[in-house]
Amino acid sequence: MANVVHILVCAGIVPDPLQTLEPITGPNGPGLKNEMVLPAVLDPWAASALYEAASLAAKNPGSKVWLVSLGPKAKLQQVMMTVAQKVGFELVPIDGPIGGFPDAHSTAAALADAINAIPGLDKAKLLLFGGWESATRGAGVTLQLTGELLGITDQFQGVDQIDLRDDGSYEVLERVEGGKHQVSVCAGTPAVLGWATGNLAEPRNNPQVGMANMRTIMPALQKAKPATLAANGLRYVSVALPKQQRTTRVVKDLTPDQIAAELVEWIGAE
Amino acid sequence: MSADDLNAETPAEPIDRPTMEVDIACAGFGPAMGGFLTTLTREWSEHPEDPAFESKVAPGMPLQVLCYERADDLAAGVSGVVTRAQGIRASFPDLNPAEIPMAVEVKQERVLYLLDPIGASQRSLTLRAADAALRTAGPLLGLRDHAFELPWTPAFLHKHGGLVMSIGQFNQWVGSQVLATGLVQIWPGTPVSAPIFSETSSKHDPAEEAVLGLRLADQGVDRSGAPADGFMAGMDVLAQLTVVGDGPVGAVGQALDARLGLPPGHARREWALGMKMVIELPEDTTLEPGTVWHTFGYPEPEIFGFLYVHPDRLVSVGIFVPSWMGDPSRTAYRYLQHYIQHPALWRHLKDGTLRSWGAKSLEESGKHGEPFLAGDGFARIGEGSGSTNMLTGSGVDEAWTTGTQLAEAVVELLRAGKPFDRKNLAATYEARRRASWVERGALEAQNARNGFHGGPRGSNIVKGMIGMALAGLTGGRLSLGAHIPPAHKQIHLESSRLKIKNGTVLALADGRPLHDALLTACGWPEIPFDGRLLVSHQDALLMGGKVQAMPGFADHVVFRDIQLCIACTEKTCVAMCSGQALTQGADGMPAFEREKCIHCGACLWNCAVSPDGEHSNIEFNAGAGGLHSAEN
Repeated sequence: MANVVHILVCAGIVPDPLQTLEPITGPNGPGLKNEMVLPAVLDPWAASALYEAASLAAKNPGSKVWLVSLGPKAKLQQVMMTVAQKVGFELVPIDGPIGGFPDAHSTAAALADAINAIPGLDKAKLLLFGGWESATRGAGVTLQLTGELLGITDQFQGVDQIDLRDDGSYEVLERVEGGKHQVSVCAGTPAVLGWATGNLAEPRNNPQVGMANMRTIMPALQKAKPATLAANGLRYVSVALPKQQRTTRVVKDLTPDQIAAELVEWIGAE
Repeated sequence: MSADDLNAETPAEPIDRPTMEVDIACAGFGPAMGGFLTTLTREWSEHPEDPAFESKVAPGMPLQVLCYERADDLAAGVSGVVTRAQGIRASFPDLNPAEIPMAVEVKQERVLYLLDPIGASQRSLTLRAADAALRTAGPLLGLRDHAFELPWTPAFLHKHGGLVMSIGQFNQWVGSQVLATGLVQIWPGTPVSAPIFSETSSKHDPAEEAVLGLRLADQGVDRSGAPADGFMAGMDVLAQLTVVGDGPVGAVGQALDARLGLPPGHARREWALGMKMVIELPEDTTLEPGTVWHTFGYPEPEIFGFLYVHPDRLVSVGIFVPSWMGDPSRTAYRYLQHYIQHPALWRHLKDGTLRSWGAKSLEESGKHGEPFLAGDGFARIGEGSGSTNMLTGSGVDEAWTTGTQLAEAVVELLRAGKPFDRKNLAATYEARRRASWVERGALEAQNARNGFHGGPRGSNIVKGMIGMALAGLTGGRLSLGAHIPPAHKQIHLESSRLKIKNGTVLALADGRPLHDALLTACGWPEIPFDGRLLVSHQDALLMGGKVQAMPGFADHVVFRDIQLCIACTEKTCVAMCSGQALTQGADGMPAFEREKCIHCGACLWNCAVSPDGEHSNIEFNAGAGGLHSAEN
C-alpha cells in the first residue's frame, strides 16, 4: 500500500553556472554584476531533489509536491518557464533578494513561515527536501535550519535514495566517506533530506506538464509576499569566485595508461 | 526532389500526439517576437476588461498566447548589434539604455578600409595596385596601423542616435517585461519542428494553404528521430493564429517556404555568416562606449567587419563571411582570429580577454527573399520574413517593427471579431508593413548588393561597393543589375581545389580541424595562442559560447543525398561550420555532432551540391541546445 507524503522542496535560483560571473560589492553587500539579467537556473542540487520528489510522489498516489523558492518574483517566473516543464508541483514563491548572500537564519525563517502558511499541508506527512549543498553562495545550512524551525529532528544529508515502506517507515541512503552509503531506517515522517545527486536524470521538457503547472504558478507568483531578510550582523570580509583552471594542450597518440598517469599526477598535485 | 519532398514527414507509423488548443501560438523568441508580444501585452494590460482579449478556445478565460523558443534561455542570443533603434524607441519612448546591460547610445562612427599587413589575403591585381598606392600616399592620407579611415561616411550607413546592444541582453530585458505581465507564456528549450497544415490545403496554391498551429519536436528519439527510450511525441499546438518568428533558418519558416514556395521572382540566395567575440578590454583602454567601427578589406576583401564598444570595457568584434565569397575554402573562426589581430584593432584588443563568442547566419536577400507574409492562420515576422535592410546593414530594428505591426493588426482583428485569415491579415498586418519605413527601406535596398555578384574574385568587392553607393545615394532608384545564382552555385568549384586538397591532407596529418588547416594551407600564419583571447576553436565553444545540448533530440542536421556528400570534394560545410559540429568522416561523409552545434545554420547554405538545383544537400531542422552565453 502506498504512503501519502507531502513533499516540500526548498530550492533557490542561481545564475546559470555557464555564464561569466563577476563579484561586486554594492550598497547592500556582495553580489554579482548584472545578476538580475544573468540567465538563472534552479540550484542544481535542489533540482535533483525536485526530480526525486516528483518520482516519489508518483510512486505514492495521493502525495503532493510543493516547490518553495525565495528570489525576485520576476526572476522566479523566468526560471519557472523551464522548471515547470520538468515535473508537476505547486509553487510557493517568496519575493526576496537574489544572490544567496543573506543570512541563512533569516532565509530559513522566511522559508519556515511560508511553509507554515501552506493550506492543507500535513506536517506529520512532511518530507522536507533540498540540496545538501548549494550553488547559491549560501552557507549550506539553510535546509537544516528550516527543518529545525519546523520542529523536524530526523535529518539526513548527502541523500541518494529514499524508499518508503508499506508500514510508513522509510529507508534512506546517505553518502559517507569512502564512496559508501550509510543506511538509516526511520519509523516514519516527518524528515529533512538534503539530496546529493540522487539517481534520476533530468526529465525532458514536457509542454503539458508546463501548462498544468502554470495554472497554479502564475496566480501564486502574482500573490507572492515580499520578504525582508535581516542581516543579523552578518558581514562579508571578501568575496571571490572559485579559481578556474583550464590549461589546454593538444597532445596526440597518448595511450590510455599515459593519460591515466597524467591525471593521477595532476590530482596529486592539487 | 521537389519542394514537397523536402518538407515531407514520413513517420514509419502514425504517432499518437498530444494536442492543445490555444489562441495564438508563436515560434521563436527574438527581436521580432519581442516587438509582437510587447505591443500585444501592452494594449491588453491597458484594457484588461476588453472582451477582445477573451479566449476563443477557452471561453471565459483570457486569451491563450504561447511562445516556444528553441534556445535554452531567452538570453541565449547570438548577436551584438548597432541599430538606429527607430522602431524600438517608438515602443519605448522613454528608453534609458542604462536599463539594458551592455546597451549604450552610439557616440562615434568610423569606416575603415583595412590593408593586409601580412600579405595572405587573396586580393586582385587591381586591389593590390590600389593598396600600393594607398601605402605610398599613406602619410598624406592619414594611413595608420595599416588602416585608412574614410573621410566621409554616406548617410545610409549612419547609426547616429542609435544603440549599441547585446541581443542576448536585450532579449532578456524584453522577455522579463513581457513575462511580468502574466499574460503570455514564453517556453524556452522547446524547439518547434514544423507548422501544421490543414488537411484540406492545396500544396500547390499558396492562397489555399491554411496553418492550424505548431508541432513541437519529438523527444526521447535516436539520432534519426526514431522513438527510443523515454519517447515523448511532440505536442500539436493548435491555434487560431500562428506567428512565425523563428529566424532565417527556423524549421517553421523553412517548412512554409517549401510548401508554399516564395512569391514570383523571389528567392533566398544571399547569405552571410556573422561570427563575433565579446572581449573584455584592458583597464587602460581608450575606446569609449558607443564607439562603432565598420571595416572592410581584411582579412579578405569580401569580409566586412565591425567593432562595437559597450559599457564596462566590453566590445563586440566580428566579421561577416558572405555567400558571394566564392572560395570553397571560406571559413570564419580562423579569419576572425586574424581579423582581431589586424594592427588597427589589435592595438586596442591585445590585452583583452574573451568573454563570449557566437555566430549566426544572416539572410541577406532582403526584399528578394521575402516570403508570403500571411496566409490563413499564420503570419511571418522578423528576419525570416525578409525584413533585413541589406543597404543599411540593419535587421534588429526592422524585425522588431514587423512584430509591432503584426500585434497592432492582431488587436484590430480581435476587436473587430474577424478571423485571422489571409484576407484580414493582408488588410491589417501586411498593409501596415507596406506603408511603413521598413518597406521603404527594403525597396531602396533590394538591389543594392547586386554588384557583389559576378566577375572574377577580387573585382566584385569594388563593383559591389560602387553598387551599394549608387543605390544608397539615389534612394534605390539606381543600382547595378545582376543575376544572383543559388547559394550552392556561388561556391566557385574550380578556384581552390588545390588548397582544399592541401588543407584536407594537413587536417588529416596533424588532426587539426579543416577550417584551421585550410587557412594555413592558404598561407595564413599560425595563431599564437595566448589562452586568454587567442584560443583554439574548441576552447572558444566552451569559454565563450558555453555550448550545450539536451539529450533525447534527433540530429537536426541531415544530409539529404549521402552519395552527393561522398562525392563532394569541397566540403565547404565542414570548413564553415561555426562549432566544428561537422567534421570529415573517414569515408568522405561529413559527420555531425549535435552537442557541438550552435545552430548558426551556416551548413544550410555552405553546401556546394544541390539535389534539386536550388536547395542545398543539407537539411537544417529543429533542434535543442546551442549557445548559452547571455552576452552575445
